Amino acid sequence: MVFGSSQRAAAVADDVTDAIPVRGRSLLKDAQIRFVQNKAAMASVFVLGLIILFVVIGPLFAQWSNEEIDWDRMGDIAREGAPSLANGHFFGLDELGRDLYARVIQATRTSLLVGLVGAATALIIGTAYGLVAGYVGGRVDSAMMRFVDILLAIPLTLIIILLLVIAGRSFFMLFVSLGAVGWLTMSRIVRAQTLSLKTREFIEAARAAGVSEVKIMLRHILPNLIGVVIVYSSLLVPEMILAESFISFLGLGISEPYTSLGKLISEGAGTMAYGTTWQLLIPLSFYVAIIITMFFIGDGLRDALDPKDR
Amino acid sequence: MISYIIRRLLIAIPTILILIVASFFLIHFAPGGPFTSERPLPPQVLANIEARYGLDQPLWKQLWDYLTNIVLHFDFGPSFKFKDRDVNDIIAQGFPISLTYGSLAFIAASVVGIVLGVVAAIRHNSWIDYAAVSMGIGAQALPNFIMGPILILVFTLWLGWLPGGGWNGGQWQYLIMPVIALSTSYMGNIARLTRSSMLEVLNSNFIRTARAKGLPTRSVIWRHAMKPMLLPVVSYLGPVFVYVLTGSVFVDLYFSTGGLGQAYVGSALSRDYAVLLGVTILYGSLTVVVNLITDLAYAWFDPKIRY
Repeated sequence: MVFGSSQRAAAVADDVTDAIPVRGRSLLKDAQIRFVQNKAAMASVFVLGLIILFVVIGPLFAQWSNEEIDWDRMGDIAREGAPSLANGHFFGLDELGRDLYARVIQATRTSLLVGLVGAATALIIGTAYGLVAGYVGGRVDSAMMRFVDILLAIPLTLIIILLLVIAGRSFFMLFVSLGAVGWLTMSRIVRAQTLSLKTREFIEAARAAGVSEVKIMLRHILPNLIGVVIVYSSLLVPEMILAESFISFLGLGISEPYTSLGKLISEGAGTMAYGTTWQLLIPLSFYVAIIITMFFIGDGLRDALDPKDR
Repeated sequence: MISYIIRRLLIAIPTILILIVASFFLIHFAPGGPFTSERPLPPQVLANIEARYGLDQPLWKQLWDYLTNIVLHFDFGPSFKFKDRDVNDIIAQGFPISLTYGSLAFIAASVVGIVLGVVAAIRHNSWIDYAAVSMGIGAQALPNFIMGPILILVFTLWLGWLPGGGWNGGQWQYLIMPVIALSTSYMGNIARLTRSSMLEVLNSNFIRTARAKGLPTRSVIWRHAMKPMLLPVVSYLGPVFVYVLTGSVFVDLYFSTGGLGQAYVGSALSRDYAVLLGVTILYGSLTVVVNLITDLAYAWFDPKIRY
């Protein structure tokens, strides 16, 4: 007789093999569901997607390049340079007779890039710094955090202006100086989170199992920081775009022929008294649309990843 | 409490000193001096000018003189660009202007922001709440350099109600637009911060207790919810005050108000390092002092804070 060949045993075995295991939901999956249910955030993702789509495929429809000057119309921009479908200048002309449509595309691309790269720089530096300070602790921690406090005491825009005046203007310096001021708050947030994580049981367990300190930092603490870090960086992106516009507005940011939304706005503001208000209003609407959608997305992420903090 | 204040002061003083030294070296290692121009000066002339401003001394000597002058005489030295003015004059001229519209903008932002946030939280999930939240986010997206041209466009060019710039001794017509432009985005921030803080407080146990024992809503809100609600807001107001003062750069440029921001940008672009350094130190020290006050206010607001 074969062991365990009773009918009941077979039925139970059938049941067990047929049972569909309940799929567990990870924290990220949970967060994703909450984010998708947030109408404002989803609408913002849609609008931002449209803007990105416009930046990508917009150039295909451009009739003029961003450096070409329309000599026929540049004599009387206030009257002939207004936005029009007939002559191919969908957004009108800028003060020098260049096509604003092409320039707005270029500027939007720059501003989005600056936002992402600036936030990414701040994220990497801030996380590494805060992680080390919080995990090592003791004297190292207080020295590192004192340094952050002193830097935080200097007005950030002044640091940016100083850096750009001293080191000269370039794309690279712009990213460096934006990253240089953005990481401070990030490092404080990461440090606080690390401090509370490192006394938890699973870290002790890892240490008892003989995992090296570096590996504990990278494999056990870092993944647990992701929620906080994502939320804060999503709020950093609009801040970086704001800061870049601020610098470009001062004439210290990106230089010609490159342009950014902040620069176009400042040019438009300079000429609005001559009846060419589209030069101000078009880049301004793009700018405000990007910032508002970014805020809503950041809020949505915070609600999704950190539900108790609503 | 007193020992806490003293300890904080002892931290603040070296912070300011480090700030001065760091800015001093940063600026002195920058390429190009105030006297480099397209037409190079004859070396003897340049040497003479540099001797006059003490730039021929070794760097540590310059730093020492600079520091002792500030500490003993509160003297930031002469301007490199304007021969008849020193840094103190420039600051004394611009700072009161910045301070005037800065303080007004600060008051406007905090009062309107807090009222908006509290009302939104009390009427949670009603149309008032949604309107206030949308206004808050909209306002956040309108920093002063966006608000400036919008205001000028609407009120000066289209409606013709207000003068487009100038200061004129701080008459109210000249003040309205700078104050609105400067305060809008901070107002949005404060409103949203207040709202979420108020919601958290209103959902806490001690408020439920207060309601349960039958207190009228008015007294629940004013007597019990107000103080804990203000905690996170107060810690944000300190930085806002500094931002409002240092952010005046754009307001000065758009509205030609003649505040310190104009002097700062002008000196940065013309490499007038003395003015640049003086204004940086002023702003930095102001930040340190305001942070100190914020921390003390925080300690006063929150009895749980240990000194």
